Amino acid sequence: MSTATQPAAVDGTTEQAVTASQTPVIELQGLSVRFGSREILKNLVCSLRGRAIGLLGPNGAGKSTLINTLLGFYKPCSGSARVLGYDIRTDTRKVRSLVGYMPENDALISKMSAVSFVQMMAELSGLPPAAALERAHEALFCVGLAEARYRELGTYSLGMKQLAKLAQAIAHGPKLLILDEPTNGLDPSARQRMIRMIRDIRDSKQLQIVLCSHLLRDVEDTCEEVLILNRGRIAHYSNLEEERKANKRFLELETYGANGDFTEAIEKLGCECAVTANRLKMILADGVEVRDIYRIAAERDVRIRRLNFRRDTLEDIFLKAMES
Amino acid sequence: MAVYRRTYTSYKGALTPAWSRFLVLFRYSRRSLFRSKLQTALFVLCFFYPLACLLIIYLSHSVILPESFGGGSFLKIDNDFFFYFMTVQGVLAFVLTAFTGPGLISPDLANGALPLYFCRPFSRAEYVVGKASVLAILLSQITWVPGLILFAVQASQAGAAWTWSHLWIAGSLLLSSWIWIAMLSLLAMALSAWVRWRIVAGALLLAVLFFGAGFAQAINAVMRTQSGHFLNLFYLVSTVWTSLFRIDSERAISSGAAWIALLAYCGACLALLVRKVQAYEVID
Repeated sequence: MSTATQPAAVDGTTEQAVTASQTPVIELQGLSVRFGSREILKNLVCSLRGRAIGLLGPNGAGKSTLINTLLGFYKPCSGSARVLGYDIRTDTRKVRSLVGYMPENDALISKMSAVSFVQMMAELSGLPPAAALERAHEALFCVGLAEARYRELGTYSLGMKQLAKLAQAIAHGPKLLILDEPTNGLDPSARQRMIRMIRDIRDSKQLQIVLCSHLLRDVEDTCEEVLILNRGRIAHYSNLEEERKANKRFLELETYGANGDFTEAIEKLGCECAVTANRLKMILADGVEVRDIYRIAAERDVRIRRLNFRRDTLEDIFLKAMES
Repeated sequence: MAVYRRTYTSYKGALTPAWSRFLVLFRYSRRSLFRSKLQTALFVLCFFYPLACLLIIYLSHSVILPESFGGGSFLKIDNDFFFYFMTVQGVLAFVLTAFTGPGLISPDLANGALPLYFCRPFSRAEYVVGKASVLAILLSQITWVPGLILFAVQASQAGAAWTWSHLWIAGSLLLSSWIWIAMLSLLAMALSAWVRWRIVAGALLLAVLFFGAGFAQAINAVMRTQSGHFLNLFYLVSTVWTSLFRIDSERAISSGAAWIALLAYCGACLALLVRKVQAYEVID
């Protein structure tokens, strides 16, 4: 499971408690990146420690720029950043040796076979030729391209190319896997397969994942915590695991035969209630369980037709972040 | 081989030394070069003239044959002999580069593969060195390596006196080869990085050298100057070579100026490579 995860501050303004138990995966300290006169990333401050971190944001929010900066492709104009504890300015080589990167765009050499390509990339990461070949076969098996591994990459479909990019990113056994829009252009079944693959890799607990996407569903399906960027700033940080747990306290009831007495009895337990027509929304107080609600309903002959844990979806969180 | 593994596993084995990573690119690029039959045939063709030279050296030391050629002056092995050797092999090196060079970098750029190279512990300098080493070794095999072999054969036949008095030729062979190899390698890579299309890059390489020569002549004729020669890479190289091989020849520009011009061209190509060979191009 994820360790305690929280941003130290958002946009350098909101200080939050830090209960660190391990080196942060990504630590940004006032990171700004500028292309000419345009400031793309603006004073980003956060510390992310989850096993799977989602980078969300609309197009042009700065997600890819942040990833490329972490990989040392772009130089920050101010501030600093650390990946797995290594400074991206001074320890670029070390950072790159620990990272596997799956870029957003097509990046495969079309005339090479998949196995040759993945082997070459693993060798460039430092694996000896024999080990690189073995790992290339394993990685291609792992992503489901075993049958097609001797084919030229130029003959692959878009879904297969995405999988091949994933294979080259994991072949050398990185500690951190950075996935930039991994489901781009995939049909629903290919997308499902990719998401399953990412979850499998995450659940292997041998590496951490940063998934950059503008698709909320992808992030929601795979990540434990989310950093939402908007116009180069951190718009919101959310620990989905914590929120999922917290949202267990939000209940929505559809009842038959409920009256003020039923609501009053629930409020006496310390719960906050709001009544609309025959629906009752409530926040459970500490120590109050769902069975207490059932008990009160039985005592007052109220029938509960439906009971939902109503929580904010990632879409709600995202939209709120964009509005703010 | 554990190809049955379908789950992700981390790698815990040994790593190769960082300095040796550029050799990975060398190996893969060289392997892909010789997949082309035309390329292989051209490479083989480049050894015909050195073999002919070897035969000439053998004949020049033969007891009977030189007399039948009027006293052996025809088969004299001296600086002229090695200068012509370098000229022929230099032209072949240029043709080989026009075929080989553009295919080294342009596929990576055309396919957008550079981010995958540079997201690893592998620098841009190592990338350029790895790719350039393919051309450098390929061209070495047809220029200074056979040149030095011919020199060694001649030295073994002619004796110590000839060897000591002509030892500078070995140095000239090395220097003249390396300046031409550096020029061709950097120019081919810079042009292919610039246009990103193999065929166009090959054509551009030919254009730069041949149109450059034509343009230089036009400038010289119209402006009644000799400065146009600085645009003619063939002229610059031949000026350097005539000086290195101590050939009596009237040159319009000094060998020092030619050296500086060639080094400036190499610097310009390097600057172009530095600008184009990066994971993502930043447009301000």
